[in-house]
Amino acid sequence: MLVTRKYRFSASHRLHAPELGDAENRELYGKCNNPFGHGHNYEIAVTVRGRVEASSGRAVDIELLDGLVRREVLEPFDHRNLNEEVEAFRTAAPTSENLGCEVVRRLKRNWRTVFQEDGPRLERVAIAETSRNAFEVSAHEIE
Amino acid sequence: MLITRKVEFSASHVCRNPQLSEAENRAVFGAAANPHGHGHNYVLEVTVEGKPDPVTGMVLDLKTLKNTMNREVVEIYDHRFLNREVAPFDKVIPTTENLAVDIWNRLQPHLSGPHGRLHGVRIYETPDLYVDYFGDAP
Repeated sequence: MLVTRKYRFSASHRLHAPELGDAENRELYGKCNNPFGHGHNYEIAVTVRGRVEASSGRAVDIELLDGLVRREVLEPFDHRNLNEEVEAFRTAAPTSENLGCEVVRRLKRNWRTVFQEDGPRLERVAIAETSRNAFEVSAHEIE
Repeated sequence: MLITRKVEFSASHVCRNPQLSEAENRAVFGAAANPHGHGHNYVLEVTVEGKPDPVTGMVLDLKTLKNTMNREVVEIYDHRFLNREVAPFDKVIPTTENLAVDIWNRLQPHLSGPHGRLHGVRIYETPDLYVDYFGDAP
């Protein structure tokens, strides 16, 4: 059984590959390369695979999941400049692809602080920068 | 090929385990343990798998799917207090997970023929929380 919970945060970013020249960056990233940055209301959907526990009728304790996502993703990302304030994006461009991978990495790294060995597992994370695009990262794609 | 049909229903429920104390129920279920109940506008998405029929070009008649969803789920769940009015929720806690399993069990016998086989049930309790069930071990 899969349980999916959606969360939102707002952040600014700039897409710029330091290996490329200014003209190439403008060509590659377009408006997203604006040196002053810009922002989005991001939506992330966290999907968990679990078995329904007989005593609670639930596959995952949503409060525990909310707490983990709040600590590891929402608090460090919300109302931040991702390039300046999140370590991973000092070097990697904060594209939705890289953001999705970073969210999976953070959740997997801290999963055992909240859930038991035989408990629910992270299945995937979907991230939408706007309502017109969505990026999905499976948990097994990330170490 | 997969085809998904969506429908809504509104119902109330209480999430409590009678074997747990009041404090334990509050700890596990939070506000959902309120014994007087509370409600949701549920959204149900039913996905059917099949091949288009060479004559009709359709996997199944969507009117039939709509009627099945209405007859087997909506007419039974809509505007009801699930714990009191819909079996098995007099005995089974009506969490979103258990609703997904019950809806699967109600629909599956009607969607198992050559024209469309039940593939998955997705049920939203709120726009931000949903469960997917594919008939595997729950």
